[in-house]
Amino acid sequence: MDDSPTLEQITRGDGLALCAAGPWTARFAPVLEQIIADAEKLTGSRPNIFIDVSQVSRLDTFGAWLIERLRRSLTQGNVEAKIAGLSLNYSSLVDEVRRVPPAGPPPVRQNALISLLEDVGRNVVGFGSTLTGLIGMLGAVLAASGRVMRHPRSFRLISTVHHLEQVCWRAVPIVVLITFLIGCIISQQGIFHFRKFGADIFVVDMLGVLVLREIGVLLVAIMVAGRSGSAYTAELGSMKMREEIDALRTMGFDPIEVLILPRMLALVIALPILAFLGAVAALYGGGLVAWLYGGVQPEAFLIRLRDAISIDHFVVGMIKAPVMAAMIGIVACVEGLAVQGSAESLGQHTTSSVVKGIFFVIVMDGVFAIFFASIGM
Amino acid sequence: MAGNISDPIIRVRDVSVQFGTTKVLDGLSLDVKRGEILGFVGPSGAGKSVLTRTIIGLVPKIGGSIEVFGVDLDAADTAARRAVERRWGVLFQQGALFSSLTVRQNIQFPVREYLDVSQRLLDEITIAKLGMVGLPPEVANRYPSELSGGMIKRVALARALALDPELVFLDEPTSGLDPIGAGEFDDLVRTLQRTLGLTVFMVTHDLDSLHTACDRIAVLGNGKIIAAGSMADMLASQHPWLRAYFHGKRARAVVG
Repeated sequence: MDDSPTLEQITRGDGLALCAAGPWTARFAPVLEQIIADAEKLTGSRPNIFIDVSQVSRLDTFGAWLIERLRRSLTQGNVEAKIAGLSLNYSSLVDEVRRVPPAGPPPVRQNALISLLEDVGRNVVGFGSTLTGLIGMLGAVLAASGRVMRHPRSFRLISTVHHLEQVCWRAVPIVVLITFLIGCIISQQGIFHFRKFGADIFVVDMLGVLVLREIGVLLVAIMVAGRSGSAYTAELGSMKMREEIDALRTMGFDPIEVLILPRMLALVIALPILAFLGAVAALYGGGLVAWLYGGVQPEAFLIRLRDAISIDHFVVGMIKAPVMAAMIGIVACVEGLAVQGSAESLGQHTTSSVVKGIFFVIVMDGVFAIFFASIGM
Repeated sequence: MAGNISDPIIRVRDVSVQFGTTKVLDGLSLDVKRGEILGFVGPSGAGKSVLTRTIIGLVPKIGGSIEVFGVDLDAADTAARRAVERRWGVLFQQGALFSSLTVRQNIQFPVREYLDVSQRLLDEITIAKLGMVGLPPEVANRYPSELSGGMIKRVALARALALDPELVFLDEPTSGLDPIGAGEFDDLVRTLQRTLGLTVFMVTHDLDSLHTACDRIAVLGNGKIIAAGSMADMLASQHPWLRAYFHGKRARAVVG
């Protein structure tokens, strides 16, 4: 039933009739576009050109617009093109597309060098505003915690406990598993290389110091940034998108107090606990491998461990943990509140929350390393 | 394939939908005729949107059959389903515009997928569609988050109409529009129906829309169609909910 659309040229005296026939609908748009492009070449070839649409079997916006486009390009010369044979049904559609304004000029492309410079400039400014944003959020959180300390009734215990469950309790299995495996790997590698010097037993020293001071807390912080930092950003971001945060504000609640403080607090409590559990798991894994692979008896391992590490190593790790947690939390919350209206923006900010979170955790670790070295811990 | 003119374009038979233990639709049957504007009303939470989503295929049903354009959507293979989906347009209640695409890209998205046409034609058609729903061309470069609620509705309609469908589903198209905008919207739907031969399935609570735009009204209650017919039939009905709805305080101003 659907034959393809056609546009026939019929000469009438000094004029030319373009007779459109068949279905002029969206389905045939690619064909129609070609037909129109061919017909547009006739512009100015005859003093009188008109378009006859009486044979068109079906017409929709695509067809109507293409006929209108043809009419316009035929008119642009010294001839006035008309549309003839328009049935009553279609005339309002044609009137509708006749109101479409002519296409504006295409946007000017910028010089590649200038846009590169623009990008660099934007990134530098962006980095600066990230830092000020983080400091601003830190201040806002501290101010909010000050207010909560003065009015303990406004503290959101249930929310805090809920987030504590999410970021601490539910993270325990994965954190313990991964740190256990890392402990195993460190121990195996240590034994493998130290054996060449007959220094197998020193693997215990390395494991103890490494796990308690660095790996335990750093690894756990990175996992928490990936696991909870991203969740915070996504939660706050989608709340921002759906104007929930504005709603809170209009009801007289401070979003920092209601949303961010409980999350921050949960994270600051959770990370030391997770770091402690992680350290235990890593030492356990390392000890297990040392026994099964390196032949270090558990009793010997424990005695050596007690000699090798002091409480300082453990304290260093535990001091770092809450600071890193605060860092991750602040980055996540700043990114969450920076989400704009689109799904794409949510994705971008969640990504940058994790990337920046991990980056700042490692920077903090370096700062702590210098600090503890200079105070001799 | 086109079938008889009098054939229903949507044929819903004994459709039941259940969420958990609540039966939302219970053996519902409904016909939508070619070229008509059907207004679909019912109390909030009665399952109007659920029926719309069931017809479109977003909500699974536990029984019954649905035919759209004479194609049974359960029995149809993927290609047949695609062909049907290409012939309908859907306006969701919240607009459901793609938030990471501009208005222009939103409208062009379905066209680009189905038709191999030049960028120039795409741009021109976009401007034409925007004009049809009463929006200026400048809107094309904005993102959905930069639009007002009414503009989102209009852009969503433009997107639903992008491929010049034969059937459109409108889920509360005029809610959130000012009365003038809503009136224009009704006129627009009417014009499109006349010029494009559009069939419109419209879920609405707007009595003005029902009065001015709709050819037929179907009323949903207790998971079934409790009445279907013209505005005059609705006004004459003795059903208590219908009486309250069409003769209530808000209705009197419209119906007179």
